[in-house]
Amino acid sequence: MTDTFEKPPEDISMLQTLINHLVRDRLALIGIVLVVIITGSAILAPLIIPHDPNKLNVRHRLKGPSSEHFLGTDQLGRDVFSRVIMGTRVALKVALISISVAGSIGLLLGMLAGFGVKWLDNSLIIFFDTIRSFPTIMFALTVVTLTGPSLNTVILVVIITSIPVYGRIVRTQTQAIVNNDFIMAEEAMGAGKIRIILVHILPNVIGPLLIIASMDIPVVVTIEAGLSFLGLGVRPPTASWGTILNDGYSFIRNTPWLVIAGGAPLILTTLGFTFLGEALRDVFDPKLRREV
Amino acid sequence: MVLCVKDLSVNFKTPRGLLKALRNINFDIDAQQIVGLVGESGCGKSTVINSILNLLAYNAIIEKGSIDLQGDNILEMSPQQIRATRGQRVSVIFQDPMTSLNPVLSIGRQMMDIQYRDKMSTTDKKNRIIRMLGRVGIADAENRLKSYPHHFSGGMRQRIAIAMAMMMKPALLIADEPTTALDATLQIQIIDLLKALQKEIQCSILFVSHDLGLVADFCDQVIVMYAGEIVESGTVRDIFHRASHPYTKRLLECDPARIKEKTRILPTIPGEIPDLVALGKDCIFVDRCPIKQNNCPLTLPPLEELAPGHFVKCHLSRVRRDG
Amino acid sequence: MLYYLIKRIGVAAITVVIAVSLLYGMIHAVPGDPLSIVLGPRATPEMKAALNERLGLDKPFVVQLGRFFINVIQGDLGTDVFSERPVSEIFFGQLPYTAGLVLLAIGWSGLLGIPLGCYSAVRRDTLIDKLTGVFSVGTITIPSFVVALYALLVFAVWLRWLPAIGAGKEGDLWDQFIHLILPSFAVGLGWVGYLARLVRASMLEVLGENHIRTARAFGLGERKIILTYALRIAVLPAVALLGVGIGNMLSGAVFAEIVFARPGVGKLIYDSVITRNYPVVMGSVIMTTIIFVFSTTVADLVSAWLDPRIRENL
Repeated sequence: MTDTFEKPPEDISMLQTLINHLVRDRLALIGIVLVVIITGSAILAPLIIPHDPNKLNVRHRLKGPSSEHFLGTDQLGRDVFSRVIMGTRVALKVALISISVAGSIGLLLGMLAGFGVKWLDNSLIIFFDTIRSFPTIMFALTVVTLTGPSLNTVILVVIITSIPVYGRIVRTQTQAIVNNDFIMAEEAMGAGKIRIILVHILPNVIGPLLIIASMDIPVVVTIEAGLSFLGLGVRPPTASWGTILNDGYSFIRNTPWLVIAGGAPLILTTLGFTFLGEALRDVFDPKLRREV
Repeated sequence: MVLCVKDLSVNFKTPRGLLKALRNINFDIDAQQIVGLVGESGCGKSTVINSILNLLAYNAIIEKGSIDLQGDNILEMSPQQIRATRGQRVSVIFQDPMTSLNPVLSIGRQMMDIQYRDKMSTTDKKNRIIRMLGRVGIADAENRLKSYPHHFSGGMRQRIAIAMAMMMKPALLIADEPTTALDATLQIQIIDLLKALQKEIQCSILFVSHDLGLVADFCDQVIVMYAGEIVESGTVRDIFHRASHPYTKRLLECDPARIKEKTRILPTIPGEIPDLVALGKDCIFVDRCPIKQNNCPLTLPPLEELAPGHFVKCHLSRVRRDG
Repeated sequence: MLYYLIKRIGVAAITVVIAVSLLYGMIHAVPGDPLSIVLGPRATPEMKAALNERLGLDKPFVVQLGRFFINVIQGDLGTDVFSERPVSEIFFGQLPYTAGLVLLAIGWSGLLGIPLGCYSAVRRDTLIDKLTGVFSVGTITIPSFVVALYALLVFAVWLRWLPAIGAGKEGDLWDQFIHLILPSFAVGLGWVGYLARLVRASMLEVLGENHIRTARAFGLGERKIILTYALRIAVLPAVALLGVGIGNMLSGAVFAEIVFARPGVGKLIYDSVITRNYPVVMGSVIMTTIIFVFSTTVADLVSAWLDPRIRENL
């Protein structure tokens, strides 16, 4: 279907087309760079931090950036820059663990549900809609009230709220494949259900799942940071961007640098992974735009 | 002369390159004339229509040519002028009645909106709508003004579309395959309706179709297009009884309605339409032409007048005529 | 239409029932004595006995659940352990503040996001469109509490243009409005981007449809086509998602109320979480869930009603 515009918005020259590509790719480029930096920091953290992130130095508390402390110090004199770098580890660890666990379980449940295990299918849908009826933070807060704050609680909550999301996507993709005639042909030829799942369904659903999972990383990082900011996630003295923000909030009138330092990596991480995820999705499966 | 298309050439910018959709299109439509435009899918019929309405996609380039509607060149009109022309001097009926009306607005509303240029009272406009709907066969029109398109069947929606198009008494009506989406009985009804309305309103009609039977029945003149060019044009008799271009002849042969004996195998024209991006300088039909081996030079033929009013673009037609 | 209505409400009711059961059941899922968990470390034996009596914790789970439901339907969401006030009273006392915040956030995000999306679709691939695209992705992704903190830093602490804390003087509407500006900005910003993207995609799809071509072919003015013929259809998905937006913003409100030290449901829940005051948390979250499910259902129904095809088809 051709779009019909009376007046073309701008003369779309060849140059413009190229720029379009570059902008789109530029975002992907920025995404890649950011992701590399963040992941690199997480991996190399102990090697690149200039100071011990937990080392107290109360005489030099709440100082602004200097050559010794790139982002200043917090209320206990600890080096903020080092704490930010260590925070990378927390963020990515939570993301990695919760997404892999939720993804695996979601993959399994989704495939089974889509493949035709009716009761599982119905349960998954009910489960999904129920979990979605809580705003995630509310659910996390409820759990934390009962179990007490800890990083593991955060991971658990994220896993529980993510499984239905992944499960649903896998289920839809599985159903789409199962409805193809060639599956029936395979079954007619005697292929067992397990074989069908492994050979035909799995390779085709893993792709979209990975893309959705990678786009979920910023969401998970945000949840962890949010809960840690509320004091309900990571336990002190561990450094998380959320706890840095919490400190920054308490001392916002003394120094703005804590808030800036805590927020910046969050912004960069979420943007970086999102740009990258969107680029991946556009390249591999534009249909996914409709999924969620 | 209601419509005069001269040397119209339209290209589209695509990722693969420049697609030459229309090349040197020339035809006229006289007052009260019904002209049929036939050709297979992708031959450029839609582009011709969109050009006349100046509704081309934003990646379209009009390389050259003019489209004169009652003396005014549409391609040189300002946006305001073109908006004044559309729905007044030229109007359209589209192919798919199920999707060509706005689903969330009542038909009364839509038919009222297109009259926005007229300085009549609302009551007068409303009465005009009711009269027109009644004229096309919508029963109890007054009470149905608040109805939505999905309340009507496909055939009735097409009638509403005809009512909309004819209500403004255009000089030229463009009917873009108006019966293709309808079943056979409805087709005849719609064509009869168009015939009657054409006589009343005395407009010209450009009737685009790939149904040769309907064209033969309805039209005075016929234009045959192939891959962006006009290969033959003339009166209905010229085309259907004295077809000269090999494509036209094959089209007629392949028309299922003309096939006399029962057969399982319907004739087709082997091959595909050429790539309009990587266009050569040869005759456009060279890949699929069944008679080119008779010493055809294979180059792009000029448009020649075989007989008064009967134009053909084929080297061998000249030969046949002369020889 | 009636059938659709009943079905939709039915689904919503079931969802709420399951959610509430889940919330209630969690006290048993966690290791430990349910009474201590609910009442927290400050519980006295009398309080425990009273709670035991009320909830009937010695009876089978299903009976407990049933009694709890009956209570909820009658408006009894439990009692605050410490102040001994009914949770419903506490919750509804705080609700107006949050409601004002969320409504204002939705209002301004809709006012900005929908036209932005519409404009981007009509002026596709121009600089504005591309900038809006980047802006949308950015605002959707950046956490709302980071926005809140930065806004606080810039506008309240540095520039001192707007107040940093509180909800403003009681009875002084203007003062209260001033105090709402920064929080509603923080809460609504993400939604602006989301709406812009959604409306843009929706508009592009609608603009490509045949009936728009018809409208153009009849010479209708561009503004009329975009606003009356296209946007009216394109905006429907956004209406349907309004309910989800409310849920989204309720979460954002938790952070906004804490950052800006405002009273409200978010602050209430947070304070209760810190003090392990489970009845308040549970009651409040139940109410929030009900509000959320209610608003998604209403949003769905409204968007269905706005489309005459659906309105009458059922």
